[in-house]
Amino acid sequence: MSKILELEALRKYYATQKAVDDISFSIEKGSIFGLLGPNGAGKTTLLRMITGIFYPDMGQITFDGKPFDPLNDIRMIGYMPEERGLYKKMKIGEQALYLAQLKGLSRNEAMEKIKYWFKKLEMETWWNKKVEDLSKGMSQKLQFVTTVLHEPKLIILDEPFSGLDPLNANLIKDEIFGLAQRGSTVIFSTHRMEQVEEICDHIVLVNLGKKVLDGSVAEIKQKFKENQFKIRLQEKPANTNSNAFSVLQDHSNDLVVKIHEGFRSNDVLMHFLQQGTTIESFHEILPSLNEIFIRIVEGSSALTRSFQKVD
Amino acid sequence: MNKIFIVARREFLTRVQKKTFLLTTIGVPILIFAFYAVIIFMSVKSTSDFKVAVVDQANVFNGKIDEKKSSEIIFSFVNEDTATLNKKLEQKEYDAYLYVPAGFSISGQSNDSLQFRSAKTVGLMTREKIENRVSKALEEKRLLSMNISRAQLDSIQAQKELITFANTSGKKENQTKVGVSYAVGFISGFMIYIILFIYGTMVMRGVVEEKVSRIAEVIISSVKPFQLMMGKIIGIGAVGLIQFLIWGALAIVLQLAIPVLFPQLFEGMQAQPVQPGMMAAIDATKQQPDMIRGLMEGLNQINFPLIVGCFVFYFLGGYFMYASLFAAVGSAANEDMQDAQSLLLPIMMPIIFGIVIMMQAVNNPNGSLAVFGSLFPLTSPIVMMARVAHGIPDGVSTFQLILSMLFLILGFFGTTWLAGKIYRTGILMYGKKVTWKELWKWAIKKN
Repeated sequence: MSKILELEALRKYYATQKAVDDISFSIEKGSIFGLLGPNGAGKTTLLRMITGIFYPDMGQITFDGKPFDPLNDIRMIGYMPEERGLYKKMKIGEQALYLAQLKGLSRNEAMEKIKYWFKKLEMETWWNKKVEDLSKGMSQKLQFVTTVLHEPKLIILDEPFSGLDPLNANLIKDEIFGLAQRGSTVIFSTHRMEQVEEICDHIVLVNLGKKVLDGSVAEIKQKFKENQFKIRLQEKPANTNSNAFSVLQDHSNDLVVKIHEGFRSNDVLMHFLQQGTTIESFHEILPSLNEIFIRIVEGSSALTRSFQKVD
Repeated sequence: MNKIFIVARREFLTRVQKKTFLLTTIGVPILIFAFYAVIIFMSVKSTSDFKVAVVDQANVFNGKIDEKKSSEIIFSFVNEDTATLNKKLEQKEYDAYLYVPAGFSISGQSNDSLQFRSAKTVGLMTREKIENRVSKALEEKRLLSMNISRAQLDSIQAQKELITFANTSGKKENQTKVGVSYAVGFISGFMIYIILFIYGTMVMRGVVEEKVSRIAEVIISSVKPFQLMMGKIIGIGAVGLIQFLIWGALAIVLQLAIPVLFPQLFEGMQAQPVQPGMMAAIDATKQQPDMIRGLMEGLNQINFPLIVGCFVFYFLGGYFMYASLFAAVGSAANEDMQDAQSLLLPIMMPIIFGIVIMMQAVNNPNGSLAVFGSLFPLTSPIVMMARVAHGIPDGVSTFQLILSMLFLILGFFGTTWLAGKIYRTGILMYGKKVTWKELWKWAIKKN
C-alpha cells in the first residue's frame, strides 16, 4: 500500500513555544488514522500545516507521492477543524454550495453532490432553512457533509463527534468507514480514546510537540501490556499463592493476576487446574488506550504547558 | 482570482438580498426627499399672512409703506388708539401693530421711536422682513427729503453689483459659483467620510462575524486568508457602489420630479433667461426663484464630470485602503465588538483629521494644510474632494491631483499588504486579547 501523506522532521516554532518539534510519520492510503494528544500538544498546529494553512518552519510534507503544494492539493483535502462553524444567516443549501465552490467544484458538480449527500443523510428538507434554525447536532452533520462533499483523498476530522447524540454519531461513524472503504484516508483527531480504539487502524500520540507513540492499535496495546490476566473460577481454592504470579485483585470468584517474568499464562491455568477448581473464563487484560494515554501524558509537563507565558 | 470572485459574490449577494438593503437604498433617499418636499411645500403654500396694523400719528408713511404686494406681510393703516389695538391683537384681528408716535420725525431729531407690538413672539424671518421694509421705506423718505429726486434714487438703487471677483488668469468668478463649489466640495467630502465609516465597519463586522461563528478556519482551509479578505472587501465595495448608483439615479429622477410637483417655484425661471451678474437687479419680489436660478447657474459652472470621476476614484480608493485596515482590526477581535472598538481608534483618527482638514480646504483650497491633506493618502479621499469642487486649476493643479491619486494607490497597496499579514494571523487566533503592539508585530514579521 502506498502512502497518502508523509511528514518528515516537521517543525513549527512560535515565539516561546515549540508547537511542533521534529515530528515524522506517514499515513497509508485508505486507512483511518488517529492523531492523539492532550490539549495544547500541537495537534491543531500539525493539522494546520497538513492543510496548508501554516507553512512549516522546517521539514517536508509529501502528499500522494509529491511534495505538498497547498494551492493545488487543497482540493484533495477536506478539513473539519475543531473550531468550526457556519454562516448563521445563510440558507443551508446555499452554504453547502458556496463551500463546495470554494473547494473548486463547479456549480453543477457541487449541486449534484450536495443532493446525493443530503439524500443519504436525510437532510433534503433542510435546503431552505437557515443554520441558526438547526440544532447543534444537525449543524454538525451539515459540517461533515461540507467537509467530504468534494470527495477528498484525505479527510481530516478534528473532534468530529463532539455534540452529537449516539444515533447521529453512529451515522457519521458509518460514513467514515464507508469513505475509508472507498479509498479516502481519514485523519481523526480526538482525545476520546474509546472512539479511537473502535475506529482507528493506526495512531500517533503527540505530547509537548513531539511524537511519543506510533503504531497500530493492537501493536501499541501489546507493547504496553503488563501480563495481567483475569480468571473466573467456579469456586475459589484455598491456595491462590504461587511463584508464577501474584494476585492483584480478588473479588469473590474473580481474580486479576500478574504473571511474573519467565512464566506463561499456562502456568496460571496449571496452578488452578491442579487444585481441581473449574475455570469459567480466562483472558488477558490489555490496557485501554485511555490508560496508555494517561500513563504517558501524566508526569510530563503537558498540563502546565498551556499556561506558559507568551509574550 | 476565481476564489476571490466566489467570496465576493457571496458577500455581495447576501447583503443585497437582505430586506434592510432595499430599505436603506430606496427608503432613505425617499424619506429625505419627502422631508424636503414637505418643507418646500410648506414654504410655497404658506398662506397665513402676517397682518400688521400701522398707526401713523406723525404721518410719516403717507398711508403706504412701499410698493410691494407681497402676500406674507400686510400693512394696513388704521387710526385707533393702542388700547383698542391691544384688544384686537387678542381677538387675532391683527398679528401685530406698528405705532408711530406723533412726535416722530424722519430726520431723527426727536427721541420718539417706532413701537412694534405683537401678540405672540414674532419669528426671526418675519421680524427681519418687517424691519427691512420699514427701514428701507424710512431711508427712502429721508433721501427724498434731502432733495434727491425720485429718478436719482431709482438709478442709485439699480446700481448694485460693482465688484467682480476674478483670479489672476482673468477668469471671472461668480459669487454663487464659489458658494456652490463650497457646498459641492463639502457634501462630497462628507459623503466619502460617511462611506469610509459605514462600509469600513461593515467589513469589520463581517470579519468579526466569521471569526465569532468559527467559520474562518473552515474557509481558510479552502482559500488563502488574503483571498478571503479581498473577496469580502470587493463584495462589500460592490454593494456600496450599487447603493450609490441607485441613489444617484433616484436623485436625478427626483430632481426632475420637483418642478412637476412644485411648478410655482420655477415659474420665474422659465419666463426669463438666465443672465449672469444680473441677479441682484431683478425685481426683489421674485427673490425665491432667483435664488434657485443662481444655484442652477452656479451648478452649471461646476465641472461635474471631473467631480463625479474624482468622487468615484476617491470613493473606491479610500474605501479599499481603509477596508483592509478595518478587516485587520476585525480579525484581531474576540467574540464581541467591544474588543474591536478599542482597536479602532487609530484607524478613525486619520479619517477624523481628514474631515477637519476638509473643512479648511473648502474655504481655502490652496492652503498648505489643504495641499498636505489632499496628498497624504489617509486623508486625501476626503480632502481632495473639497479641492476638486473648486475646479482645475482654481482648486487644485492637475499635477497635484495626479500625484494624490498615485499616492492613494500606493497607500492602498501598503495598507492591504500590512493588513493582510495581520489578518492572516488574527483570523485563526482565539481567546486572546490583542494589543496594537502585537498587531504591529504580526504585520512586520516575515511570513
